Amino acid sequence: MAPPRPLRKEKDAVAPERDLSEQTRLMLAVRDSCDRQAFARLFDFYAPRLKGFVMRGGADAAQAEEIVQDVMLTIWRKADQFDPTRAQVSGWIYQITRNRQIDMIRRVSRAMPEELKHEDEHDPDPGQILALEQETGKLKQALGKLKPEQRQMIEKAYLGELTHQEIHAETGLPLGTIKSRIRLGLERLRHELKGLREP
Amino acid sequence: MSKIHHHIPEPMLAAYAAGTLPHVFEVVVATHISLCAQCRAGLEAHETAGGVVLEATNAAALSDDLKADVLALLDIDMPEPPAPKGSGIFPAPVMAALKNRPPRWKSLGFGVRQSILEHGSEGSLRLLHIPPGRAVPDHGHNGIEMTLVLQGSFADETGAFGVGDLEVAGDELEHTPIAGEGEPCICLAATDAPLRFTTMIPRLLQPLFRI
Ligand SMILES: [Zn+2]
Repeated sequence: MAPPRPLRKEKDAVAPERDLSEQTRLMLAVRDSCDRQAFARLFDFYAPRLKGFVMRGGADAAQAEEIVQDVMLTIWRKADQFDPTRAQVSGWIYQITRNRQIDMIRRVSRAMPEELKHEDEHDPDPGQILALEQETGKLKQALGKLKPEQRQMIEKAYLGELTHQEIHAETGLPLGTIKSRIRLGLERLRHELKGLREP
Repeated sequence: MSKIHHHIPEPMLAAYAAGTLPHVFEVVVATHISLCAQCRAGLEAHETAGGVVLEATNAAALSDDLKADVLALLDIDMPEPPAPKGSGIFPAPVMAALKNRPPRWKSLGFGVRQSILEHGSEGSLRLLHIPPGRAVPDHGHNGIEMTLVLQGSFADETGAFGVGDLEVAGDELEHTPIAGEGEPCICLAATDAPLRFTTMIPRLLQPLFRI
């Protein structure tokens, strides 16, 4: 096997890699050097949580493990689609997991937005990765401070237990919190994305 | 990218991220996101929040051999079907709903045409083609209707809608959209209930036209 490519290039020195979360570093190692050890460590972190998450959605243990297996293999096979300037590892995995769950319960698979074309997607600015991580950290803290009922509603919403009407009716659901906590990070991304889709 | 003024309501974006929207609405939301960086960023925000919930979920013990099974499968190549691509005015999710074929237009009279993409108990999804200056038959709703402009424009009592703009109408809205001048207006429309037209097509004929 070819020696792993270094993850970081010279110009990336602004944001030392050690500042990134462990999950992001592991995922980048999987993406950039097909690093099996890094994948095994991601498995150790995510697989048990995924199983718990899927079982909360009503699956039994065997079904849940089937989904965990599919999701973990998708993480490996689609690693090149992971873009740390746009998604946190856990957010990316969340989306893959919901797709898989929906495919298993529905006749039609989920309609997905058109993928953006990136010019140099494997050469992201680590400052941006870090900024997104910091925004996510703030979001985590904000969710941690919610009243238990509010937190429960958030969990129900993202576990797929609420319809859009229920989300709409649930005034205690702090959707605004979610938006405002990551607005800064997203504002910047939005400007960047704008240039990508000029007709 | 033209300026988009009418976006996806927040609860619908959250429900899309969580995967709980009916499929016909999902196609409209995915199509709008294909055209709108702002809502794409919003979706990413919701996915991040979903990830926070996932990470905070209590771990469940795994079967002893699951990890070894997964690691053993890493070398097996599973070719993925290629991601759907957009074509002309139709972004990828519309092309996927069209099964990569051109729309099959059927006349509704007076130059108004429709092409049904999906029709079932969960609702219906169709493309509408409205000549400039022509009214879309006035209809009320038994549910929610989402209308996304893909070409041209329309205006109704609630405002003006250009390419990428999304109108979400509930039960209460009796509106008469009129296509703007210039190109014919082509929209993607989804409803979770059969439409109830108040003019032009008698209600009895609705099953026939599937509208
Ligand atoms: Zn939008």
